[in-house]
Amino acid sequence: MTSDLSHLSGELKERAKKVLGRSLAIREVDAGSCNACEVEVNALSNPVYDIERLGVHIVASPRHADLLLVTGPVNRNMEIPLIKTYKAMPEPRIVAAMGVCAISGGLFKGSYCCHRGVAEVLPVDVFIPGCPPRPQAIIQGIMEALDMMEAKRQTERPKGILP
Amino acid sequence: MSVEDLKEIMEGLPPAILPAIAHWEADAEQLTIQVEKGALPMLAGHLHRKHHARLISEHVADERREEGCFILYLVLILPRDKGVVTCLAEIEPLYGSFPSITSEIFAANWFEREVQDLFGLTAEGHPDPRPLMLYDDWPADRYPLRKDFDATVPIPRVPSHYAFKRVEGEGIFEIPVGPVHAGVIEPGHFRFSVAGEPIINLEIRLGYVHRGVEKLSEALPYAQGTFLAERISGDNGYSHSLAYCQAVEAAAALQVPERALFLRTVYSEMERLYNHMGDVAGIVLDTAFTPGAQMAYLLRERLMGLNESVSGSRFLRSLNCLGGVRRDIDHVASLRINAFLVKAKLDFNDFKMKVLGMPSFLDRTETTGVLSLEAARQLMVVGPVARASGIDIDVRRDRPYAAYKDVSFNVPLHREGDVQARFLVKCEEVYESISIIEQALDQIPAGPISVHMSAVPEMLARFSLVESHRGELMHWILTGAGCPHRHKVRDASFMNWPALEVAVPGNIVPDFPLVNKSFNLSYAGNDL
Repeated sequence: MTSDLSHLSGELKERAKKVLGRSLAIREVDAGSCNACEVEVNALSNPVYDIERLGVHIVASPRHADLLLVTGPVNRNMEIPLIKTYKAMPEPRIVAAMGVCAISGGLFKGSYCCHRGVAEVLPVDVFIPGCPPRPQAIIQGIMEALDMMEAKRQTERPKGILP
Repeated sequence: MSVEDLKEIMEGLPPAILPAIAHWEADAEQLTIQVEKGALPMLAGHLHRKHHARLISEHVADERREEGCFILYLVLILPRDKGVVTCLAEIEPLYGSFPSITSEIFAANWFEREVQDLFGLTAEGHPDPRPLMLYDDWPADRYPLRKDFDATVPIPRVPSHYAFKRVEGEGIFEIPVGPVHAGVIEPGHFRFSVAGEPIINLEIRLGYVHRGVEKLSEALPYAQGTFLAERISGDNGYSHSLAYCQAVEAAAALQVPERALFLRTVYSEMERLYNHMGDVAGIVLDTAFTPGAQMAYLLRERLMGLNESVSGSRFLRSLNCLGGVRRDIDHVASLRINAFLVKAKLDFNDFKMKVLGMPSFLDRTETTGVLSLEAARQLMVVGPVARASGIDIDVRRDRPYAAYKDVSFNVPLHREGDVQARFLVKCEEVYESISIIEQALDQIPAGPISVHMSAVPEMLARFSLVESHRGELMHWILTGAGCPHRHKVRDASFMNWPALEVAVPGNIVPDFPLVNKSFNLSYAGNDL
């Protein structure tokens, strides 16, 4: 597991630098998760994974964020706050759906107050499978997101800055 | 508690209640009283005042098809020997109301608001009838837990307004926080009224993570219900699935093999260990002592690794099944756990010494966020929060399940009710958990780890209490054809959230995260 992790983290650090030339900022939103996904996102900051050292920050405001990490099936009560958070982010922005609920609704599919995953509400770029995904899987997902970010920057320039 | 004791309770009832009692029966487990709904507040008040009964749950089941009415269940537990009293009252669908017992037992407050939201039955005389679970924009004529609710019809959003309590005066302003928080935590809304730094009033608005768990469970076969139960609240998922299994097994009168009972004890304590480790780390982190906190976070990560190596899941998921457990702990794994715990205990000693030797930590935690014994009793809080305020309750000792009757352990108790007391209770429980795991692995009997599940009879009400790391949680199941007819879940957080509103005022705003962390409540478990 350790060699696995060091390999993963080395790659993540390089890619963040290459794509952004700086750190990657993540905003996490719980849209009806059971809190296990949150536990794993928090685990990313413990001394074993410590993603801050790789240039990945979990930020407090969507205004600072490049990546929106969404957990949970998107329930009725969190739908509007989630969309507001997304709209508050600067472009180009990437959305990652984390965990089975966020991908398809999971066990909560068919509930009277849940969507079937984030894709029903927001355009999702990356899916991170697992219930909950292991920290290594989240790191892998963040790398996929960085690749998407690169592709997006090639195609769509931020409006109003460059011709 | 013997049948005679329970009968004595009946004999001691005030004469005014007697004509309202339609039927009662007592067995070794519990006393069931069927009463006219009008007499419910008086009966509940009497049991609370005279016998110090504690409210476990107040909920409704839609039995219009079977009985022609809604039935209100009031589950109370008596102190010490822990007999259970269940009061039932019929609610005619035509009038759709029941008398509120909140003025008699304040802890019923949120239960009754929840019933109003999900069943559309009015709690008459309730002091605060605002919505709780369903959001403000929910239409007034849709009640999801009624049996005739059609989930396929789209539910419109209607404009509405939720009235927060306002504190007025010179220099007073409000700080709204949430539902999306600055850190990676679950969504909830906190409305602080402050005058400078000190908090005058805190109002908590939850329900943001409401997913309709109870309704979903009514369509899930029992065998699949364990998986849903695990996802009610992720970090105490094992306790939830255990409570679900125990309730269904009780309905089926199934005898779980001895070895499975011991394994369940071990798994329960492994869950408590990694969660308590996260809790104490979080408290230390919020006092800005990061190096100390990381010591405990490292231990927590290792414990989750141990969970994975033993069970295949960092969260001990999919271990419980009806009739036992799915995974055994063999001799090698058992040795590994023991060796791990010896090392973990030493590391935890280091952590505790370092933290408690730090004046800045002591200064921040002492007298911060005090929950008085009086308030704790009134709100009927459970778990480490109750034990830090001087209430001596623990389901593992009081109503032993799994193999808890075969192991010996202390129930740590503190009386100060502040952040430090909650920190110390959790620290001491870590040692007890390690000891319980060692004892259980030592005397675990050989044999099968599960038995085949027998058929579950219909229309039987059974419940089960489990002590999760947050405290006592309850699963109450009224059996139906192949799946629950009604499944009521009450997480420990549901009892403890209102206590946070009491503990916070008087503290300064920067201490709120610290107080909140010391309670460590689940939003998902509360909102269902």
